[in-house]
Amino acid sequence: MHSRKSILWMFLAAALLALPSSAMAQKVEGHVGKLNGHVDAGKQLYFRYCWGCHGFRGDGNGENAPYLNILPRNFVSATFKCRSTPTGTLPTDEDVFNAITRGFYTTYMPSWTALTHQQRADLVVFIKTLSTRWTKEKAGEPVKVPAEPALTTDGIKRGKELFAKLECWKCHGQEGRGDGPSAATLTDSNDQPIRPYNFAAGTRFKCGETNQDLYKIFMTGLDGTPMPSYGEQIKPEEAWDLVHYLRTLQVTHNSAELALWQGTKEGAEIVKAAKITGTPTGSGIKQ
Amino acid sequence: MKGKALTVLLAATVVLFVAGREPARGRPSANDGPAPGTAVVKGIAKFEGSRPAPTHINMNADPSCAKLHPGGLVSEDVLASPEGGLQNVVVFVSEGLGDRTFDPPPQPVTMEQKGCVYAPHIVSLRANQELDIVNNDATTHNIHPAPSNNREWNKAQAPGTRVDATFAREEIAIPLKCNIHPWMRSYIAVFKHPFFAVTDKAGNFELKNLPPGDYTIEAWHEKLGKSIQKISVSAGGTKELEFVFKSTAGH
Repeated sequence: MHSRKSILWMFLAAALLALPSSAMAQKVEGHVGKLNGHVDAGKQLYFRYCWGCHGFRGDGNGENAPYLNILPRNFVSATFKCRSTPTGTLPTDEDVFNAITRGFYTTYMPSWTALTHQQRADLVVFIKTLSTRWTKEKAGEPVKVPAEPALTTDGIKRGKELFAKLECWKCHGQEGRGDGPSAATLTDSNDQPIRPYNFAAGTRFKCGETNQDLYKIFMTGLDGTPMPSYGEQIKPEEAWDLVHYLRTLQVTHNSAELALWQGTKEGAEIVKAAKITGTPTGSGIKQ
Repeated sequence: MKGKALTVLLAATVVLFVAGREPARGRPSANDGPAPGTAVVKGIAKFEGSRPAPTHINMNADPSCAKLHPGGLVSEDVLASPEGGLQNVVVFVSEGLGDRTFDPPPQPVTMEQKGCVYAPHIVSLRANQELDIVNNDATTHNIHPAPSNNREWNKAQAPGTRVDATFAREEIAIPLKCNIHPWMRSYIAVFKHPFFAVTDKAGNFELKNLPPGDYTIEAWHEKLGKSIQKISVSAGGTKELEFVFKSTAGH
């Protein structure tokens, strides 16, 4: 009789172990500022707003995915472009929260500011239940962004030299138009063609608007894309010089960097040459 | 009821008794270390059929790479000797080691980028063993592994600098690419045990120090797929194997 009872207990234990999703969901937590994310609420939101593209399992194979030429994020592989953490590591909860809030410019991912902060925090926790990486690994240690030094012409010039030395132009082009010699061959980790960022077009960056965001983009890399991390190659002060120079490549986007650069003889000539004027159809283009 | 329980108990005792006798018969067990005698598995990987035309690599995107290869360069996808030996086949034990565990060796494995080509073309190493990636070119590369069982990362590497990496889990094999130079592609084979080899120019391989036992030996080629053979080796024995890869050209 005793053995029969223990067998029953074993069955019960086995049955409990066979519920991985709910068990895993209990282990994953998410905190954004003072907000605590709730898995169950996040799950409801996910299956209302997200699964159409990101899929039932979060693998990016939703019903709409075949019609999208920039594929939805695969939460199962848990490789994320916009992170404050080093390449190869998981992003922080804030990074995922910010991505949902910001959306991804030039893709089909909209900005979800229509959801409350709490709802977005709930989604962050649910997304973390979709990959076992979140139970096995911790988020990376965020890359330190030192205070931005004062903007100087010399700094911009040093940044310009770095752009040449680090060969950013191989993909982004000499003028930052996204037309470097390797640009046409680039593919992302899904083997889909991908374009390097065109600075001259002056559009938004994928991972935020500020100089700090720009700093993080090249110091952490955009995982899943050809954009590598330069974190082990560039010193913090050099990184700021590069940020200031990159801003001057955005010739259609007013910034303090562009104004200062245009005030110099060298800068004025470069910016003038980079600004293509012409009709929208391209006829009568003058440089 | 009681009779049934007794039968179960009896069966369990028999099973335990038999299992307990295993090491006495000379079979290695996971816990008692390496057996006194070990076996060698060696042989050749061969390529049969019409050879694919060599693919010429276009290095126009980077003249600094192109000038290092004045005679041009062909891809290293399928390299077969005139006698038919197939190079760059990864031969390894895929099953049969049970729950033995092996610590990774402390010395690193080196991979070089020179002339905008990876050397060696196939890197093989152990899980958590350090991989030193060296850039001896005058151009910046980016190191971008695309694993399915390890972490994906992507690091820029300026001329003359080093990137150190480790891979935590077994994976055969992780594609490695440089996005800046799209022709640069190689594979990193990561093993949790020391029983693997990459075939040389003549297609030869040798796996040493294998404990006696039953194994599945797998041969993997980046373009031609994989092939397996089941073998049994005894202490002090040598087993010769031949893996044949057929041309996929025209399929």
